Amino acid sequence: MTETLVQEPGTEPVKPSRPSGEPLLVVDELTKHFPVRSGMFGKTGLVRAVDGVSFSVQPGETLGLVGESGCGKTTTGRMLVRLLEPTSGKITFEGKDISHAKGAGLRQLRQDMQIIFQDPYASLNPRHTVGRIVAMPLQVNGINPPGGVKKRVQELLELVGLNPEHYNRYPHEFSGGQRQRIGVARALALKPKIIVADEPVSALDVSIQAQVINLLRGLQRDLDLAFVFIAHDLAVVRHFCQRIGVMYLGKLVEIGDRNSIYERPAHPYTRALLSAVPDVTKMGASGRIRLEGDVPTPLNPPSGCRFRTRCWKAQEICATQEPPLTIKPNGTTAACHFPEEGAIK
Amino acid sequence: MTAPASAPNSPTTTDKDPYLRVNDLRVQFPTEDGVVKAVDGVSFSVERGKTLGIVGESGSGKSVTSLTIMGLHNTKRARISGEILVGGRNVVGMTEEQTRRLRGRDMAMIFQDPLSALHPYYKVGAQIAEAYKVHHPNASKAEAKKRAVDMLGRVGIPQPARRADSYPHEFSGGMRQRAMIAMALVNDPDLLIADEPTTALDVTVQAQILDLLEDLQREFNSAIIMITHDLGVVAQVADEVLVMYGGRAVEFGTVEQVMRRPQHPYTWGLLASVPSLHGDSDADLVPIKGNPPSLINLPTGCAFHPRCRYAGRNGDRSFTEVPELHQVLERGHLVACHLSEADRTKFYAEDIAPSAGVAQ
Repeated sequence: MTETLVQEPGTEPVKPSRPSGEPLLVVDELTKHFPVRSGMFGKTGLVRAVDGVSFSVQPGETLGLVGESGCGKTTTGRMLVRLLEPTSGKITFEGKDISHAKGAGLRQLRQDMQIIFQDPYASLNPRHTVGRIVAMPLQVNGINPPGGVKKRVQELLELVGLNPEHYNRYPHEFSGGQRQRIGVARALALKPKIIVADEPVSALDVSIQAQVINLLRGLQRDLDLAFVFIAHDLAVVRHFCQRIGVMYLGKLVEIGDRNSIYERPAHPYTRALLSAVPDVTKMGASGRIRLEGDVPTPLNPPSGCRFRTRCWKAQEICATQEPPLTIKPNGTTAACHFPEEGAIK
Repeated sequence: MTAPASAPNSPTTTDKDPYLRVNDLRVQFPTEDGVVKAVDGVSFSVERGKTLGIVGESGSGKSVTSLTIMGLHNTKRARISGEILVGGRNVVGMTEEQTRRLRGRDMAMIFQDPLSALHPYYKVGAQIAEAYKVHHPNASKAEAKKRAVDMLGRVGIPQPARRADSYPHEFSGGMRQRAMIAMALVNDPDLLIADEPTTALDVTVQAQILDLLEDLQREFNSAIIMITHDLGVVAQVADEVLVMYGGRAVEFGTVEQVMRRPQHPYTWGLLASVPSLHGDSDADLVPIKGNPPSLINLPTGCAFHPRCRYAGRNGDRSFTEVPELHQVLERGHLVACHLSEADRTKFYAEDIAPSAGVAQ
């Protein structure tokens, strides 16, 4: 089931020049189950981290994946760049099935697909110089760019706003924001077509966070990069992404363009999530939807709609029948039996 | 205004006697590389039933301030001067034994990471009961246990009697944070310091915890200090806001004053760099250039001047003279900045007010 791009009549398209041709990346019923042993007698169970997620990304498009911890957004991102092997489902990149690519095919694939990690301290080798870190993807793939590796690396450092003369420095000599820039330079080294960014700014101070978001936005525009941007901060995602997918307990519950998701979401969970964000422009805690309890365990998710245990609209059908992802009247594609309508007040 | 003449930058806003009063607090750590001036002359006060939000980036001195109030610094390592009055008693200069008696009953703290603040080896209920017994030595084991179960129920943990016998690792992140709040409140403290209490949590759980703190504050009439880098959280819970930069207070006022009519260029920068759920999502954020300063080698004059768009508008005072907090516009709204009143009003109206980050 491929999620369709819907454009509500009468609303401004997010990016008018969006290519309507072949999508760059298509994910179909992607699933990842981790076997776990629990209890004294080694009873085995399955953590259903990602359970049948489908979406597509157009060339040059930015798709955001949001949700609470444990919703499967990071696992999805790691499967996309094949750091994790999918249990089932299909990932198609430029028309090729890459769900189980191996060896040379996988190396080839990673030239087009790169990842930026959350922790700028743990994702850089402390014993390598910045030059070596950024040059590594070129060396691994045996690429000798015109003008030499060093020149290319210095160009990359300049591109991400670092001083190219810092080529011989070590990661510990840089601040958190600068390290994240090094990670971005490394991801750009092979001129990828799509970058999976997993919480790239959540470890940074607010003033530095804005610098890195602006950098990524500039690169996205200038290089026409596609992004899968994984984050829990809904305000950051709104600022970066044209289309947003909301995940809950391993399922995609709603996906749509930015304006529809933030202004008139159909899924109750999306509404609750948005209302919980403390906003600098609002004083006090007015108009908040209170969700009770915690996210249920993915070892034994609720039957039917997984959100029903915390949903104020849940009825009998929600427990017996899993709602399919369908286009709702407000323009988004959502999985809900009783979708909300109208704008958020 | 009851601010003593010796501390002109003491933001005291009411005539009532506040529960916590901090006067000209300085905390320094001598290191091999030089003296780290973590807190450099900060003054503020908090009344019962009120919440003070302290905002700042990493290294602004906000956490060191709170640890000093709790008496959690090793006095052999840290040089502390100034005055911290908790219910009239000065914490600075107290012995370890004396602060221990205050800690828990008069003041308590909630940390950012509940997993490292709870002992992994003991049951949650037993840890809360222990905190109770420290201040109630005559209480029996059964009484303490009952009190612990009560508190767990109070902070919204389902089936508290059963969950009291769980270990911290069996709790989810939100439940652990609740358990830590239960532990902090078990002796009904008058002052509660929450250091980034919701930073590690998801937004829906964060909303639950913030609601819980508000309910408990109403019930116990305690004074709360909420330390955070999230301006949205501050807008939601604080009555008054203190903005810190490089170990000093740069702006102080009511939440209305600081969030709706901010006057310091650093506060402007913070608000403009935060993405919002409203406003133009295609506009670029306006980050503050550069990085936070090193506390060993603070820039001369105003510590913010290397990152300030408006430095040098008032002669070279920004580069040579450390600005003191002084009142601007309204009563109780204090700002440490050299910009003249006319300039500040002009820049605010032209550059800042139209941007998305400032509440309209």
